[in-house]
Amino acid sequence: MSELVPEPRQKPVVPMKPVGINANLLGYIGIDTIIEQMRKKTMKTGFDFNIMVVGQSGLGKSTLVNTLFKSQVSRKSSGWNREEKIPKTVEIKAIGHVIEEGGVKMKLTVIDTPGFGDQINNENCWEPIEKYINEQYEKFLKEEVNIARKKRIPDTRVHCCLYFISPTGHSLRPLDLEFMKHLSKVVNIIPVIAKADTMTLEEKTEFKQRVRKELEVNGIEFYPQKEFDEDLEDKTENDKIRQESMPFAVVGSDKEYQVNGKRVLGRKTPWGIIEVENLTHCEFALLRDFVIRTHLQDLKEVTHNIHYETYRAKRLNDNGGLPPMTVETEENHESNL
Amino acid sequence: MAAAEVARQGEGCRTVPLSGHVGFDSLPDQLVNKSVNHGFCFNILCVGETGLGKSTLMDTLFNTKFEGDPASHSQPGVQLKSNTYDLQESNVNLKLTIVSTVGFGDQINKEDSYKPIVEFIDAQFEAYLQEELKIRRVLHNYHDTRIHACLYFIAPTGHSLKSLDLVTMKKLDSKVNIIPIIAKSDAISKSELTKFKIKITSELVSNGVQIYQFPTDDESVAEINGTMNAHLPFAVIGSTEELKIGNKMMKARQYPWGTVQVENEAHCDFVKLREMLIRVNMEDLREQTHTRHYELYRRCKLEEMGFKDTDPDSKPFSLQETYEAKRNEFLGELQKKEEAMRQMFVQRVKEKEAELKEAEKELHEKFDRLKKLHQDEKKKLEDKKKSLDDEVNAFKQRKTAAELLQSQAQQAGGSQTLKRDKERKNFF
Repeated sequence: MSELVPEPRQKPVVPMKPVGINANLLGYIGIDTIIEQMRKKTMKTGFDFNIMVVGQSGLGKSTLVNTLFKSQVSRKSSGWNREEKIPKTVEIKAIGHVIEEGGVKMKLTVIDTPGFGDQINNENCWEPIEKYINEQYEKFLKEEVNIARKKRIPDTRVHCCLYFISPTGHSLRPLDLEFMKHLSKVVNIIPVIAKADTMTLEEKTEFKQRVRKELEVNGIEFYPQKEFDEDLEDKTENDKIRQESMPFAVVGSDKEYQVNGKRVLGRKTPWGIIEVENLTHCEFALLRDFVIRTHLQDLKEVTHNIHYETYRAKRLNDNGGLPPMTVETEENHESNL
Repeated sequence: MAAAEVARQGEGCRTVPLSGHVGFDSLPDQLVNKSVNHGFCFNILCVGETGLGKSTLMDTLFNTKFEGDPASHSQPGVQLKSNTYDLQESNVNLKLTIVSTVGFGDQINKEDSYKPIVEFIDAQFEAYLQEELKIRRVLHNYHDTRIHACLYFIAPTGHSLKSLDLVTMKKLDSKVNIIPIIAKSDAISKSELTKFKIKITSELVSNGVQIYQFPTDDESVAEINGTMNAHLPFAVIGSTEELKIGNKMMKARQYPWGTVQVENEAHCDFVKLREMLIRVNMEDLREQTHTRHYELYRRCKLEEMGFKDTDPDSKPFSLQETYEAKRNEFLGELQKKEEAMRQMFVQRVKEKEAELKEAEKELHEKFDRLKKLHQDEKKKLEDKKKSLDDEVNAFKQRKTAAELLQSQAQQAGGSQTLKRDKERKNFF
């Protein structure tokens, strides 16, 4: 038992070691209804999700995002006409849509990065992207530090970054390595092998192995990061994904064809129809399940609890600490005087 | 490379239809699973006079015997006792903290009785605020000790609220969700109870006390919450004893004139309280505490420390700027104080120095005077000595002269005597 004697300047209550009570429960209390209560509340407030796609043009980024969310959320660029100038810098285009399924409303923002890797000299082309990501953290931090805060701070931080790897079949390009090295520290990167229908099964496995090896050698931690596994269950599950499935070799398509009497999304070629959602053809279904059906909330949480906190700590350290911590030393000074 | 351009389509996002099953309707489940793995916290504060059955009611609500001995009436002041328990039901882990007031209402002078309670609640908010303002913080693993619900136990007098109750509730209503309950309500009859409830509600309203209203914005619970709002304050009875009634074991209290069943809605409102507190609104209570009471506390605390929000289009991170300004101001003040002290010190030193110089001068003068005196004395003495010497000399001279004269006289006399003697002799 802890007795709290109130003093003029009371220290916060230190929670004592909790007494575990399980065997004494004599009847149903109803604590587990909190799950339902929580679920209802979250459904009412809705969710935000911000996904960024990075890769050279022509790798099928927009098509893949449209296939992932089964709607036209990303406008495909039809290449640069003579009249349009090739952008000299990497542009960042963020477009938001609201999609609803099963009573769950989600505000999905797709952040496109046209111009990445398209110039002749691609030095530092990740800088605008890094800047954008940090700007979103800054915006959130500013809102959080306000005295009168909004009830729900709008979340524009990038939760997930899909990095498209060109299916050369050899290894990662230096640009890929540089980009991922710089950005794996500020955002969750999921490397994806685009246009995987250009590789045979053996080529695919070999390429994936080589890519994984190179990422490991260069110390690039892609999502799910090893250090953030919370318990054994997570670790085994994520290990399996990290070591076997990632990077996902995907094919995107928004056209439907008739295969075996069913309508499926696919790509029609003279030698057959590649079914997007068929696991034997490509790993799109794995990517979709991974990102949307199982790890979406985790992506958001890692962004909030780890990447955002790292940014915040760095930002506050650079400015010499946040007020109340040093105001207390000021108070001590005053009393000493 | 020049800065990137951000083209963002604004808040008016269109709704896009889906052409197939995507699968993000599992999002609430993902969120809930994560929370379940994490565990939940719930903190209840029981405020009420000694002997109103607070501990028994907690035992009854959670179907378990929490530790504790009943408190005595002779406490010198109001104290708060806090206990934390880990409860588990199916797959939900709940960290339940029950805080009870000990000695509330027992003192002769009850003016300050509410203070320890308010301080305790503020201390929990302060702890959370400190954690939130740290540079390296672990908010998602933080054990939340803020009070989510305050059960205020009203004594079953049947008349009206005591002034102590009104004062305490008024102080607490902006800091915590208050749910007033009438304790030991088996002491009141049905008709008296309705009158009592009406009196209490009207008193609360006329004194502007904001008690917790069950939320009515969500359709699924709006109806039940609405009806429950009308039944506040709940009249409850607590009992951990089980008695055989009919052919079931029920929690009840046995009197010679009958048995009061705790879970019978006709007998008391215990079931309603349990429904509202735990089964329907636990999450809402937590949310209200965080978004309303905590934010209010935070805003007041930060404003008290002198921080203001600047307009949205001014420099970013206004808190930092204000802090810098305050810091400079403070340092300036420090410097001024230091200067003032130094001036004073210098002045004092000067004064003391002058004093000392004065004293020195005086001493010198005295010394001179004394020396002069001494010399005078010496001179006088010497003069006297000289005169004495002179006298002595003169005396010696006279003495010698006199002796000489005498000896001469003697000689002459001697010779005379001789002569005389000769003459005498010759005479003979």
